[in-house]
Amino acid sequence: MAETVTITVDGVEIEVDRRLSLLQACELAGAEVPRFCFHDRLSIAGNCRMCLVEVEKAPKPVASCAQSLMDGMVVSTKSGVARKAQRSAMEFLLINHPLDCPICDQGGECDLQDQAMGYGTGISRYGEQKRSVQEKNFGPLIKTAMTRCIHCTRCIRFLDEVAGVPALGATGRSESMEITNYIEQGIASELSGNIIDLCPVGALTSGPYAFVARPWELVTTESVDVMDATGSNVRVDSRGREVLRVLPRLHEDINEEWISDKTRFAIDGLVRRRLDQPWMRGGKGLEEVSWERALGAISQHLESRDATRVAAIAGDLVDCETLFTMKRLMAAIGSPHLDCRQDGMAADPDVRASWLLNSTIAGIEEADACLLIGTLPRREAAIVNARLRKRWVAGGFSVASVGPADDHSYPVTELGNVTDTLRRIEAGESPFADAVKPLVIVGKGALARDDGDAVLGAAARIADVLGAIQEDWNGFGVLNVAASRVGGLDLGFVPAPGGLDTAGILNGAGSVVDTIFLLGADEIDTSNLRGAFVIYVGHHGDRGAAVADVILPAAAWTEKDATYVNLEGRPQRAQRAVFPPGDAREDWRILRALSGVLGVPLPFDDLDSLREAMIEDVPHLGVIDSITPAPWRPFGSTRAMSDEPLVPAVGNFYRTCTISRASPTMSLVTDAFLPGVAQSAPCS
Amino acid sequence: MSQSRGRPGAPEHQPDTFTFTKANLEEAERIMARYPQGRTASAVLPLLDLAQRQAGWVPVAAMDMVADMLAMPPIRVYEVATFYTMFNLEPVGRYLVQVCTTTPCMLRDSDSIVEACRNRLGIDFDETTPDGLFTLKEVECLGACVNAPMVQINDAYYEDLDAGSMVAVLDALARGETPQTGPQGGRHASEPQSGPRTLVGGD
Repeated sequence: MAETVTITVDGVEIEVDRRLSLLQACELAGAEVPRFCFHDRLSIAGNCRMCLVEVEKAPKPVASCAQSLMDGMVVSTKSGVARKAQRSAMEFLLINHPLDCPICDQGGECDLQDQAMGYGTGISRYGEQKRSVQEKNFGPLIKTAMTRCIHCTRCIRFLDEVAGVPALGATGRSESMEITNYIEQGIASELSGNIIDLCPVGALTSGPYAFVARPWELVTTESVDVMDATGSNVRVDSRGREVLRVLPRLHEDINEEWISDKTRFAIDGLVRRRLDQPWMRGGKGLEEVSWERALGAISQHLESRDATRVAAIAGDLVDCETLFTMKRLMAAIGSPHLDCRQDGMAADPDVRASWLLNSTIAGIEEADACLLIGTLPRREAAIVNARLRKRWVAGGFSVASVGPADDHSYPVTELGNVTDTLRRIEAGESPFADAVKPLVIVGKGALARDDGDAVLGAAARIADVLGAIQEDWNGFGVLNVAASRVGGLDLGFVPAPGGLDTAGILNGAGSVVDTIFLLGADEIDTSNLRGAFVIYVGHHGDRGAAVADVILPAAAWTEKDATYVNLEGRPQRAQRAVFPPGDAREDWRILRALSGVLGVPLPFDDLDSLREAMIEDVPHLGVIDSITPAPWRPFGSTRAMSDEPLVPAVGNFYRTCTISRASPTMSLVTDAFLPGVAQSAPCS
Repeated sequence: MSQSRGRPGAPEHQPDTFTFTKANLEEAERIMARYPQGRTASAVLPLLDLAQRQAGWVPVAAMDMVADMLAMPPIRVYEVATFYTMFNLEPVGRYLVQVCTTTPCMLRDSDSIVEACRNRLGIDFDETTPDGLFTLKEVECLGACVNAPMVQINDAYYEDLDAGSMVAVLDALARGETPQTGPQGGRHASEPQSGPRTLVGGD
């Protein structure tokens, strides 16, 4: 327990950790202190002066955010002096702030508006010219109205400290101070959207959301994100049938209060290229049909088939309920060919520790060294990268990487991109002098290759050699990129004995297997599938639907109550914010209906009984928001690795799944920040 | 109203690259060596000054080069360069005439100095003569109030000015001469205008 001090705030005596600032202590005592520049997760700036309070024996009002605590302090946040100081600070802030609230997107959720109501004066005494500031180009995601800026510098500090992309600064001084990037380039950070949330006024607002809605028109649904495997907690704001925006929700152990730009801005892809109607391939190509005909056609097709010639591949956005239903359906049909790893990423289906980030995301902060193998966390899980950076900023953390070199937003010792380096580390050449709690993080770039099992084995042995596997510390982690992956592996959505994996199914299409279910599987090589009867169950008209013989329109993640397991192995529930468009239905219902038509009805008719059956199968899926640690035992193969260099798993951060590929905003950002990168670069 | 320094000056003036001359590079290294390891960012002001002395102003390319030399994010250098108004962010003439118009100079009729400059050079504040010789600027107190009114031209102070002596200084510079710096009215430094009054005649 850290040293504590006892202070009195507005007559309330309280004992608090002496490392807190006076502002935080006041809050703990139940007092409300207005503030603009202070933010719990950023360094202290002390420049808005809004948090002035009266401290006994201090000659002047004190900026509480920058005041350290002393035993016996007597503080008043509501005395005449404090109130007058706050009113005056507010008056100064409003001098140059335009009165354009009616046309400002921040209106209704604006700190300045709210605090002016609570702490301001009713009238302005200022009769001079207000200052105006030129707009800035911060890229397509962030709209600026810099005249509204009150110079709290939160955006500067966020990019500097959390994102590690020091793009913004304050140029000039006093009256001519401006927040700018000076050279008119957008902010090339995967986390840039968070400065919109941080901005306490309407200076930085969301570009795509400009003039779309007012906060009081929105219905908020708490959910989890599926744009990567992090499982960031989000709130989905919708109006009517459309999702209008996604904002972060606080989860200290996952995303703190940040989300990546893909999570925030790819949502306009949810209303484009949607499958809202069953389709069937007829004489003249795809034709719209009714549900009955579509399901009937599948039943008719399967009637005369050998069940062992049916296969299923699950994509990256599929929820646990759907995977479980599909697995049950495949078992009912009697086929062993199913795989939830459309990229062929290696994992030992019997050892759960072989596909989890066992350290957990919050656990990264306990580590003192990190070896990255074939991964660029910045592009594959931007939120995890923010945590790695946070750990680096705290000091005493060294990071080394075997794999493609890149700007990680913290210094990384590049050990070269050759598998031989892994062999040498395994043989005892540790890149860290004296790490007590090392991390070994393996990425898709290392595991989604022909010798993936060999690299997985090497990585596991390296974790052992480096001492990452201890009684109470498991530093081995796989950085998954697909939201469905951990759930799929937990559910055992992998080839049954004698079954084919993704590569086997794709190679055998038309010969060994002739009927293939694609559950939102689009990031695969579909060129071979023409010879087979393809049933696509998904929500976007992408590569999978293009080769399908029957398309069954399903619900996207904002349109269903669903369980997802994040890369730490933490089951979380997404909730329905809007209804699926047109005739689209929740995926598991489609499969349940199909099982009925096929004459092998599955034993659940509603979500509750489905979940009951699923949790009976895999108990930890019922323990929402908690991590069931995975026991460690050796896994992976001992065969030799090839000498091929490791390739990055994510080429274009902004366009990795059907939703982000359908998003016009993500297309704009790709053009702005990744010139020369293919717009639709596939995941693999 | 001060000008916005929130974005670089006219792009047509901005060179694509900037490098120190050999002599300046050696000087820069000497400056950087003054600071402890890992603290070389402290050298940002002297290095920007060196760049300005070389080019007459500080182009963005020079700021980028300084950022690179000191391992700082470029924006941190832009912040410094724009904070200090003595860094010229646009090209200036060979002679940068900075006229002080703060209260003491104003009370000593700096208005007539401004007028004299305008008339002699045919330009207004923040403009450069077509021959590229003079740039006129209005500045705040330069700390020579006791010799007001005054101007600073490049590194030199010209004090105790009136309209006539101001024009004479500008004429001399235009002819390529180096006029006498300091007080133009005949007194030495900031001695009393009417001659010494204390410690005279006694023992």
